[in-house]
Amino acid sequence: MAAEPLPAAERSGIIRDGIAVGIATGTYGISFGAVAVTAGLSVLQACTLSLLVFTGASQFALVGVVAAGGAPLSGALTAILLGTRNTLYGLRMAPLLGWSGLRRAGAAHLLIDESTAMSVNRGSQPAARLGFLTTGVAVFVLWNAATLAGALAGTALGDPRTYGLDAAVGAAFLALLWPRLSQRRNQVVAVLAAAVALGLVPITAAGVPVLAAGGVAVLAGVLMRPAVRR
Amino acid sequence: MWIAIAVAALGCYALKLAGLSLPARVLHDPRVERIADFIPVALLAALVAVQVWSSGSSLTLDARTAGLGYAVVALLLRAPFLVVVIGAAVVAAVVRLV
Repeated sequence: MAAEPLPAAERSGIIRDGIAVGIATGTYGISFGAVAVTAGLSVLQACTLSLLVFTGASQFALVGVVAAGGAPLSGALTAILLGTRNTLYGLRMAPLLGWSGLRRAGAAHLLIDESTAMSVNRGSQPAARLGFLTTGVAVFVLWNAATLAGALAGTALGDPRTYGLDAAVGAAFLALLWPRLSQRRNQVVAVLAAAVALGLVPITAAGVPVLAAGGVAVLAGVLMRPAVRR
Repeated sequence: MWIAIAVAALGCYALKLAGLSLPARVLHDPRVERIADFIPVALLAALVAVQVWSSGSSLTLDARTAGLGYAVVALLLRAPFLVVVIGAAVVAAVVRLV
């Protein structure tokens, strides 16, 4: 990992890719903003989530639990559980980025699915850093702008049920889950978790069923034998 | 609500920073790795189910199921995120009209 400057062509390619990913995730941001105000959050609250939490699935989870009538704090817990995924990204990214102190603290805020994906396979440290930063900053700017736009649009629409916006939330979660369902063991976990959650809906407070489904993940992880033996 | 937002923000940031700061050997336990893999799957699946088939503390079957059905088809056809989400809303709204 030499610290030589990057060739101009590689540099502009990485920057272009980062901006393209930012634009693509901006469209998620519009749905998030609309779904958040539909769940009863104010525009300011929706925008604060995008600015400070800044990890899409967790933000969707928080407003999803609130939309289903759950306590905001159990929504926050679900969001944090989903955020554990970023810890794994960080473990992988730390040696590639090689940052410490304030730089590391700043980079941590940008540590999400997209910035990890766009830098983990780069050949050198400067390329990994550039991919991480351009993607992270592009997604951050566009995600927040899109959240504001979506929240304003959602407010203008009025009663969410008229437009089926309540159905959009479930579809959004399914779309986030979809890429992980290609593995058989994940399909099993998904079905079990959904069944446990639905089974608990009539007998527990809203918000609890989703958290309890996290227990399915822990149990499955402990009990399941490795899928591939090496 | 603001407290929940603050808790989520602090928690999610702490998890990100921990990832960049912890030694990588934490991952070497295969059980930890599997659980970390399964958590998003289980939570997202539960969120889909609760979002679509419950209202308050009762289980329900309504127009949202039609929206989810559309979403499955759209995802099978590799439609982009916004097409999946907005289409599901439109399908549910249309089913409610009929």
